[in-house]
Amino acid sequence: MSRPEGTRGGRRSLQVKFVPDEDVLKHIADDAGTKVRKDKAQLSVSVKRFVKKLDNISDNEAQEILEENNYVAALGICAQDPVGNGSSISGSEVYSFQTPKRSNKMAELASELAQTPEKNVAPDHSKCPEKMAKTPQSSKCFLLMHVFSLLFQNKKKEFVSTTPYRLRKRLAAPDPYLESESEYSASCSEEEDEEEQKEVGTVLSDQKTPAKPKAASTPPPRNTLAKRIKEQKMGNLVEEYFEAHSSSKVLTSDRTLQKLRKRRLNQQTLHDLLKNAPLAYAAEIRHLNQQHESLFSKWMLQLHLGFNIVLYGLGSKRDLLEKFRTSLLQDSVHLVVNGYFPSITVRSILNSITEEVLDHIGTFRSPLDQLEFITKRFKEDSSLELYVLIHNVDSQMLRGERSQQILAQLSSLPRIYLIASIDHINAPLMWDQAKLSLYNWLWYETTTFNPYVEETSYENSLLVQQSGSLALSSLTHVLHSLTLNARGIFRLLAQHQLEKKDNPSYPGLSFQDFYQQCREAFLVNSDLTLRAQLTEFRDHKLIRTKRGADGVEYLLIPVDDSTLTDFLEKEDEDV
Amino acid sequence: MTTCSVSKGCFVFKPSTKKRRLSEKTANFRSPNHDSEDTELRFVTCQSLWSQIKSETEQIQEDLNKQLIDNLMSFLSRSHPDFQEKTTEWTCGMKFREIPTAALVLGVNVTDHDLTFRGLSDVLQDNITPYVALLDAKDCPGIKNLMQKLMGQLMNCDIEVDSLEDEDCVQVSQNRIRCSMPSLISWYESVTKKTDSETPSKKRNSSSRHWQTPPVVVIFKDMESFTTKVLQDFIVISSQHIHEIPLVLIFGIATSPMIIHRLLPHSVSSLLCIELFQSLSCKEHLSTIIDKLILTSRFPFKLGEKVLRVLINIFLYHDFSVQNFIKGFQLCILEHFYSEPLSVLCCHQGDAKKRVYSLSHDQCENIRKLPSFRRYVEKQESGKQIELLTNDSFLKEETEKLLEDLHVYHENYVLILRCLHVFTSSLPKYPLGKQIRELHCACLENQVWETEEYESSLQLARMLNKTDLVTMLQQCVEILMSSSGKEFDKTVEKLKELLTQFQNLEVAEASQERDVSISSQKELQKKTDLYHLQKTLLELKESRRSKKLTKFEMLRFEVVDYIDRLVRKYLVPADNRTLHEIVYFNAATVLRGHLNAAPRTALHTALNNPHWYLKNQALKCDGGGISNKAPDICIVYKLHLECGRLINLVDWLEAFSTVVMAAEEPNGDAASSDEVDDTIHARFIRAVSELELLGFIKPSKQKTDHVARLTWGGC
Repeated sequence: MSRPEGTRGGRRSLQVKFVPDEDVLKHIADDAGTKVRKDKAQLSVSVKRFVKKLDNISDNEAQEILEENNYVAALGICAQDPVGNGSSISGSEVYSFQTPKRSNKMAELASELAQTPEKNVAPDHSKCPEKMAKTPQSSKCFLLMHVFSLLFQNKKKEFVSTTPYRLRKRLAAPDPYLESESEYSASCSEEEDEEEQKEVGTVLSDQKTPAKPKAASTPPPRNTLAKRIKEQKMGNLVEEYFEAHSSSKVLTSDRTLQKLRKRRLNQQTLHDLLKNAPLAYAAEIRHLNQQHESLFSKWMLQLHLGFNIVLYGLGSKRDLLEKFRTSLLQDSVHLVVNGYFPSITVRSILNSITEEVLDHIGTFRSPLDQLEFITKRFKEDSSLELYVLIHNVDSQMLRGERSQQILAQLSSLPRIYLIASIDHINAPLMWDQAKLSLYNWLWYETTTFNPYVEETSYENSLLVQQSGSLALSSLTHVLHSLTLNARGIFRLLAQHQLEKKDNPSYPGLSFQDFYQQCREAFLVNSDLTLRAQLTEFRDHKLIRTKRGADGVEYLLIPVDDSTLTDFLEKEDEDV
Repeated sequence: MTTCSVSKGCFVFKPSTKKRRLSEKTANFRSPNHDSEDTELRFVTCQSLWSQIKSETEQIQEDLNKQLIDNLMSFLSRSHPDFQEKTTEWTCGMKFREIPTAALVLGVNVTDHDLTFRGLSDVLQDNITPYVALLDAKDCPGIKNLMQKLMGQLMNCDIEVDSLEDEDCVQVSQNRIRCSMPSLISWYESVTKKTDSETPSKKRNSSSRHWQTPPVVVIFKDMESFTTKVLQDFIVISSQHIHEIPLVLIFGIATSPMIIHRLLPHSVSSLLCIELFQSLSCKEHLSTIIDKLILTSRFPFKLGEKVLRVLINIFLYHDFSVQNFIKGFQLCILEHFYSEPLSVLCCHQGDAKKRVYSLSHDQCENIRKLPSFRRYVEKQESGKQIELLTNDSFLKEETEKLLEDLHVYHENYVLILRCLHVFTSSLPKYPLGKQIRELHCACLENQVWETEEYESSLQLARMLNKTDLVTMLQQCVEILMSSSGKEFDKTVEKLKELLTQFQNLEVAEASQERDVSISSQKELQKKTDLYHLQKTLLELKESRRSKKLTKFEMLRFEVVDYIDRLVRKYLVPADNRTLHEIVYFNAATVLRGHLNAAPRTALHTALNNPHWYLKNQALKCDGGGISNKAPDICIVYKLHLECGRLINLVDWLEAFSTVVMAAEEPNGDAASSDEVDDTIHARFIRAVSELELLGFIKPSKQKTDHVARLTWGGC
């Protein structure tokens, strides 16, 4: 599991110093403590080089950062914020480019977290100060930590292999099957490691020579250096980003879920399992939600005064909004929109307003017309009031520019009160100044820590078995409404497709053959009837037609074989 | 009635009973735990104050735009002079090809433009022409849509003006007729002819405002967003018909007039006869607003220093939008009246007096709880202290007095602030800020005379020359004279006296100078050698060093000292005043949270430090670490941070189950099961799909069973 990060060439080896302190410290803490002193001579050389490199930072960068700080300071009254929201974090912490990690870091962290169950789990940080205090040349030690990572590149094998091995031992009882499978792909394994290490080594020795004359100079005091490192980090942000994304190779293990001997859960069992699992910190979460609920009347007031409300923060806000709805909106007309619903459109939102709220029968040429109609009606009739609750206004379907524009215009009508929730980290990017001013948002942080049950239930989750149950149910549903003959036709096609299921290049059944078979089974009497039937199938997306290279039309059912088998079995039962 | 469904995303709920509650806004104002705190009255006060302020801001906006609109009006009246006479001579035809166009440079604060345009079109419709069409870029993706929109608007306004009887006829025709320039022209002709043919007596009153053949004004609200093609086509087409219909274009421009030439090639822009109009910059607008709303004692409600800073920073760093500033101001008023029970006293003086005496006992207790009032009580002698803390009616009397003091303080504060600003705004490098709002913030923040900037300003003021000083003093006198109170009569007198001293000084100096010049001339007439010259120069230098200050300098010191004394007396920060909580809104963090929120930061905190929200000891841990008992999503998030661009789900799952199992059975042997428990598996699935919903990861096809990270980090 040992692997150096993608260090290649001279430039990239410099990157190494961004390996986090704690990472390095941990190694020191583990078993490298003594080695530190031993390697001192070599170290001091690298320190110098390191320092030299830092001197190169242009003043411009520093200046820029300074200005940025000013800006943050100007805006950030947050320093004195005692409030209960998490706004006291500086932006750099949230958005900064994180330090490069080795691929086995996750396992390491997991073992770390697992090993210290009782106490807090920040061994790196808690150890850090002690460590520094103990060491006589603490200032130097700090420097060295960054530098060590360079050296560790060479010794990686001895160092790094320890933790993951431990983890692996602890993770599972020896399971030959799993063990053998958990090897890494050849594309990113040993040989390359060695190659890289060699490269790093040469780079190191190359750069040592020019740096030597300077070796006499004293290292700068610790804190200024630390500051500089920080500055440099900021300055190189952009570069690092592109560097990190330039190589297409990704170093991850090749294990797959299939080989885990683990059946995939389907939606239903998943749901049941989660229902039975106790919710952690239920009391605290309830307390948190009660705090938010006390704001309901304030929201109502602010809605009435022309503001609209948007809720953000971790956790599903659905229950909160539902509670708001049931407790305060019972006596008024309101519209609930599930933004996370996969086939929601602005059109359907507008339709439900015009058809159900305004009782208008008729269609509109475009959403803009519809919006105009709504605007007019609301202007004419001053007794109309409408509360709109949108769960996840940032959902896939609604986040488009046009949708947001229409929603924004809708929300700017004086007697339409909008209260919405957002979850996506980049949700605020959907709104430009114009839309923001139309929305007239008031932001409320409502971190609930509730699980996103509803919101994720529609999702084609990565780990959930693609049961195809929806497809199956829709198949039977549609077919039940057809004539007996039509069902027969479809059966015929399905059977044929299943017979050929071992042939991966099966193009489908050609129309002529199919017609022949249907005739023989007394299902159709002319190819026109068959065509009409096929059109109906196609309209319901039951079949797909493809024209082959020879111009012949091929028919195919776009459903996977297992579903099709299930379907036929079910049909047989029915008959 | 649930809102969960697999087939539907929208749910409409209508109350069964038809009765609607409309005027129950006050009900929401009542917070559940306080009842006897004059909520109703507070709400009414809040509403009336806001409506006052709103109308005030609208008035300001109108006044500021007046100049611009006047210019535009005169431009419009000039634009089609020949059309009036219906000259269709060939010679004019050439000139008519050019469409008169006004380019309106409005600045980057796009959100404010709407108001300007609305005002503009109202004025135009009242005074010049009923035919005004406002076009938005988003409504006009093609020339066809543009024409449709244009004709729709024009014909609608036609209906409004003429109040046609056969309304539906027009309605139908609007949809039916082909939207083209000829149809527009025929419409225009029919409309103008109708006006002509109608009896003058009937039409007199309405058409007197407009001309016989009013121009058709087309306003492009956001010119930058229009597609080049649409604009070009429209201009070319309409230039063909300009001699048949008096068209005037108005371009709303947010960037710079150069954009016209960038959008339109020369062949098209040569068809336009462009005149440039510049609206007032948003910064000046803001200054006026601050001047009229905040630096005045007209409104009882005041903004605290931090709040004001937040609002100004949002304006300067985010949007330059005056509308948003006003919105923030509205929110401040709302928050203040909602959260502060004593804000019921935040009204005009006369009302406040009455209200003080009708305060309930609870409210009196609230007054006693105010920190500023406590400080005040501590300073009193013991007898009065007891009275204040126990006797409600005594407290009310005292409160009334204190409120009056506060009011007087405000009046004086504003005047002296303006005087000080007269001085500081002309100093080099503006140590206390160029704008009066900066000075105001500085004064509110702490005692301004203790700041370095103030010190250096005084230093610089001591070096002002006489003419500047005199004009400044005159300005100060004017400012102080403008107040109605008698408080500053003495100050004015003093300043006037200083002014006359300066005048006298002038006379005296003039004579003195004459003396000096004569004497020096005399000296110069003498023959002099180098040695003597050096000597005299040295003497001169000596004498200058030791010489006591001239009269002017003395006077200057006196002026500066006097101003300094005024500042120390009147520009005391509001925090030091008793009962300032009643009128000052200081919850800057609340305001910032609502207006300038940081959703991502909140997510970050929740994921990295759940203890912040869930106050459970098990979650508490210092440093950047996280407890293994944290909610699932936090653990999964923390683990994913350690990964690169792609994450292997199997590894992730295993790591997760290691952590979770260790947390659940700390002493149990982890090796007891090699299989991941189903429940843990399910929890993992849920956490991962939650992360996907939040946008941290997405499914990836690059490798089987991998997800891609969407946030920065790793490599």
